[in-house]
Amino acid sequence: MTDATFSPDEDVAKAPAKGLTTADGRPLKQALARAQSHARWRAFFLVAPLLAFILLTFVVPIGQMLHRSVYNDGFTLHEDIGSGTQTPLMTNLKTWFKDNPAGTDPDEAAFAALAADLLVLREVKAAGQAGTRINYELSGSRSMFTKAARRAKKLEPPYKEAILDLDEDWGDPMLWRVMRDATSAYTANFYLAAMDRTKDVDGNVVSVNENRQVYVKLFTRTLMLSLLITFLCFLLAYPIAHLLATLPLAKSNLLMILVLLPFWTSLLVRTTSWMVLLQSQGVVNDALVSMGLLGDENRLQMMYNQLGTIIAMTHILLPFMVLPLYSVMRPINPSYVRAARSLGATSWTAFRRIYFPQTVPGIGAGALLVFILAVGYYITPALVGGADGQLISNLIAFHMQKSLNWSLAAALAALLLGGILLLYWLYDRLVGIDNLKLG
Amino acid sequence: MKIKTALLASALTSVGFAAQAAEVTVMSWGGAYTKSQVEAYHKPFTAETGIKINSVDADNPATPIKAQVEAGNVSIDVADVEFSDAVRLCDEGLLEEIDSSILPAAPDGTPAADDFIEGALQDCAVANIVWSTVMAYNTENNATAPDSIDDFFNIADYPGKRGLRKSAKATLEMALMADGVPAGDVYDVLDTDEGVDRAFAKLDSIKSDIVWWEAGAQPPQLLADGEVVMSTAYNGRIFNAAVGEGQPLEIVWDGQILDFDLFVVPKGAPNKDAALQFISFSTDTQRLADQASWISYGPARKSSGALVGTYSDGKTEMAPHMPTAEANLGNALVNNFEFWVDKDAELNERFNAWLAN
Repeated sequence: MTDATFSPDEDVAKAPAKGLTTADGRPLKQALARAQSHARWRAFFLVAPLLAFILLTFVVPIGQMLHRSVYNDGFTLHEDIGSGTQTPLMTNLKTWFKDNPAGTDPDEAAFAALAADLLVLREVKAAGQAGTRINYELSGSRSMFTKAARRAKKLEPPYKEAILDLDEDWGDPMLWRVMRDATSAYTANFYLAAMDRTKDVDGNVVSVNENRQVYVKLFTRTLMLSLLITFLCFLLAYPIAHLLATLPLAKSNLLMILVLLPFWTSLLVRTTSWMVLLQSQGVVNDALVSMGLLGDENRLQMMYNQLGTIIAMTHILLPFMVLPLYSVMRPINPSYVRAARSLGATSWTAFRRIYFPQTVPGIGAGALLVFILAVGYYITPALVGGADGQLISNLIAFHMQKSLNWSLAAALAALLLGGILLLYWLYDRLVGIDNLKLG
Repeated sequence: MKIKTALLASALTSVGFAAQAAEVTVMSWGGAYTKSQVEAYHKPFTAETGIKINSVDADNPATPIKAQVEAGNVSIDVADVEFSDAVRLCDEGLLEEIDSSILPAAPDGTPAADDFIEGALQDCAVANIVWSTVMAYNTENNATAPDSIDDFFNIADYPGKRGLRKSAKATLEMALMADGVPAGDVYDVLDTDEGVDRAFAKLDSIKSDIVWWEAGAQPPQLLADGEVVMSTAYNGRIFNAAVGEGQPLEIVWDGQILDFDLFVVPKGAPNKDAALQFISFSTDTQRLADQASWISYGPARKSSGALVGTYSDGKTEMAPHMPTAEANLGNALVNNFEFWVDKDAELNERFNAWLAN
């Protein structure tokens, strides 16, 4: 549209600037540039608070999170929390690793380096920290570090014998492989762990033991459940939105309240209400039993499983589908469908060829909103999901809060973020992001 | 410009100064347990010192400590945590060390170091109670009363849902004990791959009948609602629901797993001195005995044992309800914190994988 209209700005810019001056004698070009730069600065200052806010609360924390997923200095640096003094750890061992290629059997020099480093660990009380870092990749090694550090002062040459005497697991080649990796704070091992992979003794990437594989499965489940919930939301929301859009304003406003009221209610309240309804001694089961449709012994298990997660999340995310659909359906002129009908189309054809295509931007917006929210959902599956209704975000929370393996949590979160960006890109290629109408 | 910076700085820091000097924030486990601490520790402490106590709850108070300390924004002064968490957090340098010489001696003059039960005093922690994970059931929903940990895994004779804490700790031990491993051998068996397989195989046999809980207040509720017929639980919660509220709940002591709860001070706690004062006040002989009259957890001092009297209803003798009572120790396991500090990551990973399948 803009191409066709007359644009005065362009005209000025194209006019020969030579010799043109303003009333006070300055070249016109200069004055214009000045005025424009003023306007730009004013605009910048207007958005500056928002920009600073987004930088501080969004870009910086996410950047830190991404950094943490590839950086863990548990084995390389100790920082005393009170005084802030930083002490590098395992420096002797690092030198030994540098001088000897991977796969070298640890000799006396290696154990001497280890003994010297253990002494440092003891002095700055960092044995637990260093052991925890190794324990992430080799379970059971944590106490080896704390115990050995406790006795570090008593160690005497030959160190190899003395340390193996403490615990023969110190000779485990796997332990030395893990320690070699950990002497560099930058590592991709947390991403491997987040994809159920690990490195074997020789540093080859292999799958972890089958009974410890969980992340790939949960990523897939999260994706599948989110798609299902998005689809269910679409099925439920489309007729509601259509009804809202076609009813007279007074009635539709009343109905709109029914959509918005739950939307405004706290997420926790809605989740716990579903718990009251769905539990095996809950309202739904009680009603079915008292109506005689269900024996008291065969009460339905609708909660603490996947079904509970699906029901509660579909309900909670429904308004995010209804509102964008409503906003595209409201302005659709009913005479289009009437015209199609008068030209001989069946009501199905009129819907399919005339009405539905006009609502696609709303479907796209609603589906994207619901899907992205569902992928990151955490509280609802935690409360009603039981064991098999858990999503990947529940495991991220587990590693943030309980196992305290923040690097793994960050790697999982980064994979989730990457996955969503990929889907967004696909969506843009297939549907086109310009076709999105949020309201 | 200077004024602006000063204003900004004060605006930023005022958030951190929400807690005034004469106030201690104590984080505990909520419900009946927090109530017992408020009655036995907080109220007398405030009455004596004038220092206000701000009590906050968490499903597990150990979890916010790392986040708070690493972010340099510690709001908790005292936290009540489990044994393995206290050792782990201390090892990671997230806790202040507590010198046990600040703790008062027993009334007969025995120094604190000798008066506390073995293991109750750690570098960074002072135990206040001995608690246990027990199996409990609702008398109205079980045709025959279960009397051993085996019955928890016997769906055929005792039909109905089971409640279990969503965590590998205690769950795996109980599975092994139910599978016939004597309490003394549990950790040796669990230290082997076959032992872990055996525990999970036992759990597999009831997997579809388990309702998982996370907060200590949940199991009494699940049992009372009839949502489960048996559940693992913290023994004090069941006692309070049964004796305090008259719920038809019973404890099976067979296969109980004993553990300490300990007071710790996160590194950089805003009111460290008052926090230590609170810990020293609360863990003296009389206070520990007082707490036992509000909930059935055993005091961590030997000298408190004789002072434990009746429940706050004035008639129920507390002694037989303690996890440490002679009659209840028949087949009891003491939680091995070193095992869990080491194996926590691996076993919970496997536990999560098992749950998700």
